Amino acid sequence: MHMADALVSPVVGGTMWAVSAGALAYSSRKLSSTSTSGNAIPLMGVLGAFVFAAQMINFTIPGTGSSGHIGGGLLLSILLGPHAAMITMTSVLSIQALFFADGGLLALGANIFNLGFVPAFLAYPLVYRPLAGTTRNRPRLVAASITAAVLSLEFGAFLVALQTFFSGVTALPLPGFLLLMLPIHLGIGLVEGAVTAGLLLFVASSRPELLNSQVTPHMRKRGLVASVLIATVLVAGAISMMASSHPDGLEWSIEKLTGTTEIAGQESAAHRSLSKTQEKTSVLPDYGFRFHSAHTLVQKLQTPVAGLMGSAAVLLAGFGAGMLFRRKDRRAGQGGSH
Amino acid sequence: MSHHLLQATELGYTYPDGPTALSGISFRITHGESVAIVGSNGAGKSTLLQHLNGCLVPQKGTLRVGDVIVAESTLQTVRRTVGMVFQDPDDQLFMPNVYEDVAFGPANLGLPAEDIELRVMQALETTGVAHLRTRAPYHLSGGEKRAVAIATVLAVWPDILVLDEPSSALDPRARRRLLELLKTFDHTKVVATHDLDFALELCERTIILSRGNVHADGPTKELLAHSEILRAAELEPPVSAQGCPMCGWRKSND
Amino acid sequence: MSKAESFLLSLAHTNRLSSVHTGLHAIDPRAKVIATLAGILTIVSHDRYTLIGLLPYASYPLFLALWGQVPAGYVFSRLLVVSPFAVFVGIFNPLIDRTPLVQVYSITISAGWVSFLSLLLRFVLTVSAALVMVAVTGFREVCMALGRMHVPRAIVVQLLFLHRYISLIASEAARMIRAYRLRSFGSSGLSLKGYARLTGTLLLRSYDRAQRIYSAMLCRGFDGTIRVRNQLHFRSADTLFLAGWIAFFIMVRLVKPGEALTHF
Repeated sequence: MHMADALVSPVVGGTMWAVSAGALAYSSRKLSSTSTSGNAIPLMGVLGAFVFAAQMINFTIPGTGSSGHIGGGLLLSILLGPHAAMITMTSVLSIQALFFADGGLLALGANIFNLGFVPAFLAYPLVYRPLAGTTRNRPRLVAASITAAVLSLEFGAFLVALQTFFSGVTALPLPGFLLLMLPIHLGIGLVEGAVTAGLLLFVASSRPELLNSQVTPHMRKRGLVASVLIATVLVAGAISMMASSHPDGLEWSIEKLTGTTEIAGQESAAHRSLSKTQEKTSVLPDYGFRFHSAHTLVQKLQTPVAGLMGSAAVLLAGFGAGMLFRRKDRRAGQGGSH
Repeated sequence: MSHHLLQATELGYTYPDGPTALSGISFRITHGESVAIVGSNGAGKSTLLQHLNGCLVPQKGTLRVGDVIVAESTLQTVRRTVGMVFQDPDDQLFMPNVYEDVAFGPANLGLPAEDIELRVMQALETTGVAHLRTRAPYHLSGGEKRAVAIATVLAVWPDILVLDEPSSALDPRARRRLLELLKTFDHTKVVATHDLDFALELCERTIILSRGNVHADGPTKELLAHSEILRAAELEPPVSAQGCPMCGWRKSND
Repeated sequence: MSKAESFLLSLAHTNRLSSVHTGLHAIDPRAKVIATLAGILTIVSHDRYTLIGLLPYASYPLFLALWGQVPAGYVFSRLLVVSPFAVFVGIFNPLIDRTPLVQVYSITISAGWVSFLSLLLRFVLTVSAALVMVAVTGFREVCMALGRMHVPRAIVVQLLFLHRYISLIASEAARMIRAYRLRSFGSSGLSLKGYARLTGTLLLRSYDRAQRIYSAMLCRGFDGTIRVRNQLHFRSADTLFLAGWIAFFIMVRLVKPGEALTHF
């Protein structure tokens, strides 16, 4: 899943670097200001080396005869906390790139995001922690591990497909690429989850206190919202830029079948008034600005801006609904943290 | 001079997960003495050593290092007075190259760059590894690592040197070099070791630990020839104190 | 030989190559890092059908390898190992993109083949440049360069510590694997449970080692900040190196004849 430089364009590489650099700057500041135990420095260094070594150890996947090994992002997030894990995973990926050409230098920003940011700031706080609860419960820990790992790797694979496609080096259409990447990484995700769970259970049975000795603290709500926002913006921005040149999948199928992009249905009075309302109220008709500008840059920006606004609206709606339900809970006497 | 003093009074320590490692250890080591701490595994050697450089704080009794009593508030001073050479030099050599490892201590003392340079070169010359100063630690042999580890400690100008199993994993030549080197040091030396021949050559005094207590404390030559005392502490006499393997002839008396 | 053992050899090889003393090794690491990044950026900025226009870039890794005494095998063995993914992505180009682009005598070459070859060429060039750069620079120097280029200290320190302990932990792993293999008499390999135990033990040992290292740091007065000596000075040779190569990359990128050649 490591991307090579030959697969990225300067724009894609640069953008991913900018995002990763921002996340790293934030993580470094968090590390310097909040790490309570002074042993953060040697611990992160040694655990990074551990991840490297652990990747050399293969085990046989039952039933397939092939071998698997750990990636490490999720495990590091659980053991060290998200910010320290981000930095540690970055160092592992950097050495892989520099010494073994496993991943390029321009593409390193993308790899850091796909394999560091995604497990540390998305999969771990949004999937693993809510699901895992207290570590006493083994089945829950295993389920949380596997779910978080699968989602982490699937999203990472999705990002790789986007980044490669958007770099313009491959003739593969995106759906085809995804069809190749997603099933494979489902399997890899299952392996990663199982292996992470296995290691966590081992540590829990011999030295459980290590599972409570994270170097950096859990993320607060603000941080979670920020990381989800970043991921959404990236994906929405990329997808909508693509959508500008390819008609919508649905419209495309319709076109193939009927020869037009709109279906001439039976127009009832309700239909007519509804479509009139839609025309009047839609802020971004057909993913474009309402005004028409001769400026090419503005024209080019139409679709991505539309995509972003759309995603932001969905996010806000989701956030609003979440807050609403939380208030409801509180009033009903339930509700605790987060 | 009191800053070379090491005095333990009824020192006691129990680990959180059970065993009492030290119960009532008392001794007094003065300026320039060279003392070997011997005992079987589990006798309390490492626990005692960890008290000497402030890694552990006594739970019972007191430990006086130089001018201060070992307590949370005096740990920094203790660490500057006592230089500890760890059993595994890989734990002590964590910087990118030898020079930076030896400079680590002086840099943390806040010394200016020229003083750091002076101390580093001096420490490297003393241990005979100045030619290795730009090498990375993983490029060193066992003996070289040990010498560099000692240099990292010397650069802080400690009054007391504590060494944990210094001759372990050294080939005979490296071991000999180490012995000769340590003999040239004026510091007070405390050497925890299984290598009783090493102790015999380097230390004029030996403290034998057994099950967390001081089993015996006296001149090395006498103690290490006393097979009864040694056997009671689950040890046996060093090779140089045993009889000739052929005819059994022995130089000293029992 | 287990994966861990070949990993250790590979790492040692790179470290050996970077400890050689040549004029190139003495060039400021910042110049080498920036020049390499500039080269990579320029190479991937070409459109997907550029082929011959990419060839001049090969002079950069060649120059470095020759002056820095890096053997060809070093680059090629690593290239081979990491090529599968790039080949896998690129191989679809000839299959999907069949529009004819070029006519050579009676053979029509499709655009897909050209873009595939271009991708491969890009891959070889960018990977060689990065590998040789690291081989002639030394990891500590790369980290010093990063530190001077305002990479956060926490990251630079982490890179140095990771690099310092990677071979140690990997050798521990190699020993554990060897011990396991000697006991398993050729049977199927580690089960998940066995893996958890072996790797779990390695993890716990790593924690213990980190604690001992921390003790050692405290004993020498560690106060939370690692002070790394940073005496990099840019000299005229370094400026010449950097400016010269950047000018070369710009020239290759912009010169029309090169581009015209690619489209025959």
